[in-house]
Amino acid sequence: MPGLMARLSLIFKAKFSKALDRAENPNETLDYSYEEQLRQLQNVKRGIADVTTAKKRLEMQYTSMQQQVEKLDGQARQALAAGREDLAREALTRKAAVEAQLETIMQQGQQLEAQQQKLVEGEKTLAAKIEAFRSQKEVIKAQYSAAEAQVRIGEAATGIGEQMADVGLAVQRAKDKTEQMQARASAIDELTAAGSLQDLTSSGDDIDRQLAEISQGSQVDDELAKMKAELGKGEDPPKELEGEKA
Amino acid sequence: MIVRLLGEGQFRVDDALTARLNELDAEVSRAVADGDERALWTGLQALADAVRDGGEKLADEDLRPSDAIIPPEDLSLEEARELLADEGFIPDLPVA
Repeated sequence: MPGLMARLSLIFKAKFSKALDRAENPNETLDYSYEEQLRQLQNVKRGIADVTTAKKRLEMQYTSMQQQVEKLDGQARQALAAGREDLAREALTRKAAVEAQLETIMQQGQQLEAQQQKLVEGEKTLAAKIEAFRSQKEVIKAQYSAAEAQVRIGEAATGIGEQMADVGLAVQRAKDKTEQMQARASAIDELTAAGSLQDLTSSGDDIDRQLAEISQGSQVDDELAKMKAELGKGEDPPKELEGEKA
Repeated sequence: MIVRLLGEGQFRVDDALTARLNELDAEVSRAVADGDERALWTGLQALADAVRDGGEKLADEDLRPSDAIIPPEDLSLEEARELLADEGFIPDLPVA
């Protein structure tokens, strides 16, 4: 049994020799092949753009998850201040869960970054090969017999096909990676959504709602305090205003 | 012979290096057969390093097809199996 390296090479070649079997008029084949290459290059560019967009979206999600961590931390403090240690514990438990996921997402993001750099390199190489094919095809048309041309086209087109498959595979892997990360991000969204942990907690309370009530309660307290303070010194400012007018 | 590191490019390697690559290749194939992902990664890493260190990178404009193709170093077992199953893993179009 041949090793993995040679088998892969055969698989790649088989993939791209089919199209060349029907080559009857070398000149037509050359032009058609070149047009096809340009079309595929556009597909590759689109694929890379898709990956870039997905990555940006994930970066935004990552940021909002970091905010989620901060928010849960704040909620835990509020709960503790209100004497609700059970709620504080729940908030911190969620925070730990989100943090663990964030760590994984960050590692995957670094892998994705590396893959993306290779994608761009691969696309550049593909463009260079297609350009080389363009100049070679004119030479082949002018100088070679049909039989020789056939062989040369076959070689060059297989070489380009291999590069396309390479970049195509890289695009596919990067897409798979973004999908994995997307799935993790969605899982966190669900985890932190109101009430989603109800089944996991013995209390059955809607912790988010309770935390929100505490949060609202203290917000109300804050505003009350602020209003009281304003009312307390409320007798002075009008006098100042009148003083200015006078 | 000409070797392609998937996701990285093509290299020309001499006969002495080819022999070494074949040894490592056998290890990688065994790792896939045994379902040993760690050995797969170690083997792929060794293959890629050997090619990078001992091979000569081909120009981007070179149109030659490769005699051997080495998958990415972080290939999972599942991906390896798909890749070797002829149809599954290599997309027909770069982006379908």
